[in-house]
Amino acid sequence: MITTADIEKLASLARIQVSDEEKESMRTDIESILAYVSQVKNLSVETTADLSSVHNVMRDDVVTHQSGEYTEILLSAAPAREGDYLKVKKIL
Amino acid sequence: MIDLNTLTILNARKSLDAKEYSAVDLAQAYLDEIAKKNTELNVYLEVYDDVLTQAAAADARIAQGESCPLLGIPLAIKDNILIQGKKVSAASKILENYVASYDATVITKLKAQGAVFLGRVNMDEFAMGGSTENSAYGVTKNPHDTGRVAGGSSGGSAVAVAANMALGALGSDTGGSVRQPAAFCGVVGCKPTYGAVSRSGLMAMGSSLDIIGPIGKTVEDTEIIFDAIRGQDVLDGTTISQSSSFKTQSSSFKIGVPWDVVNQEGVDGAIKENFTQAIKKLEASGCEIVDVSLPNIGLSLAVYYILMPAEVSSNLARFDGVKYGLHVDGKDLLEDYLLTRGTGFGPEVRRRILLGTYVLSSGYYDAYYGKAQVARNVLQREFADAFRTVDIIVTPTAPMPAWKIGEKGDPLSAYLADIFTVTANIVGIPALSVPSGFVDVDGKKLPLGIQFMAPHGGESVLFDIGKKFFGE
Repeated sequence: MITTADIEKLASLARIQVSDEEKESMRTDIESILAYVSQVKNLSVETTADLSSVHNVMRDDVVTHQSGEYTEILLSAAPAREGDYLKVKKIL
Repeated sequence: MIDLNTLTILNARKSLDAKEYSAVDLAQAYLDEIAKKNTELNVYLEVYDDVLTQAAAADARIAQGESCPLLGIPLAIKDNILIQGKKVSAASKILENYVASYDATVITKLKAQGAVFLGRVNMDEFAMGGSTENSAYGVTKNPHDTGRVAGGSSGGSAVAVAANMALGALGSDTGGSVRQPAAFCGVVGCKPTYGAVSRSGLMAMGSSLDIIGPIGKTVEDTEIIFDAIRGQDVLDGTTISQSSSFKTQSSSFKIGVPWDVVNQEGVDGAIKENFTQAIKKLEASGCEIVDVSLPNIGLSLAVYYILMPAEVSSNLARFDGVKYGLHVDGKDLLEDYLLTRGTGFGPEVRRRILLGTYVLSSGYYDAYYGKAQVARNVLQREFADAFRTVDIIVTPTAPMPAWKIGEKGDPLSAYLADIFTVTANIVGIPALSVPSGFVDVDGKKLPLGIQFMAPHGGESVLFDIGKKFFGE
């Protein structure tokens, strides 16, 4: 059972504004999707997640490019900048 | 005049090398076709302004006697793969004016071959959907019946190839997004083994599932593009080295059919009929057909719709209106986030982020995500067991032909269309959709597809059986 309050909580955690009208349609959609996916609980086999095939991929901790090489191209994509900094509203 | 209807990458290569026409002529033929059809079909979100320049550069290389499989071949690129200096939006408002900062590894490889990029093609927003109806820039129409969807999420890539608006295309496949539109549009689509193709420069959706895959008119063309983009990459730690251990038995294959899955409720009668015919055809061509049992395959879709949204909610956290893309100004930083993400993401993307946030939240994690991970391991084991007795497992690609635009209003009914395709992504194995004929619906002939699945690294087996089935 999903409530509108649950949707508000999720939207707040995910930093997404959802209109009052959409909260209700989201609620019914997510409730029916969760009802469907809940069938994983019926998994017949008792086992634990097997991570034996997973391994770390490492590389040497060395500098691979010149300092500042990508600064301009990356910062040029930012909605707001000040010099070589991304600009955001103050949080304190 | 170049006859685009019968053109393949293979014979275009021969004509270009024999100087029967130039890469510029070929590119121009496709640009003309795009100009004729794009308004109606809504395939290209942007046709690049430097197409003929790219083609001229290919001609210069051809003139010097150079030849490689994709030199001068015009391709369409899904709008979630980065080409430096070009716009790339994932068909989302949140990236409407975003210009790629670097080349995806697949693009670097295609540029080295001298392929010509015609433009970026439509998709479901952030690859979330199976019809391109979730694009922020309108639905792509199926060329076989423009009242129907093209499939998705790589709908633009499939239609570009099917409607002669590109000679080949790249898509991405997280749960069937290359194979299902290929089936709906009557072309070939390949989902490679997880890790066989680098995802550096592909916008992430579900990182344990995502892979870039080629779409072509023939199995051979699809294989040519796959060979060009595959390989281990230091920029994607999940890539694997090319395995050459696979022996190909091109004379006869042992093919497993999970009949209980194919015959389940919800699979269209025309699909079952077409699939049965396809199996007879395979049998007649010398393949041995056996029944395979995959006891928990019925859980695949549920597993997928837990793991994928969980990964989506994490991957799409990066869109914050600060680093790149849309910024909607609010009264403080928190409101900047809420408004940017609330207005920038479309309904399906918002829904999946919330769903993923739910299944990962404290108190529900074990019941959903934890259980789905275990089920994923069980499925991997069941497939590994099945592949000890068969070379290939085969199903229809989709449980129905292309549906009418707007027909699937509620999200769950649209998700059910992924029932045959998600398993390969969950297990990580390669899969290939090949056209298997047509079904008459409302006076239109709608294409259908058959899906071949092989063990990890078994693409060559898929291409072999695909060519045999498709008569190449």
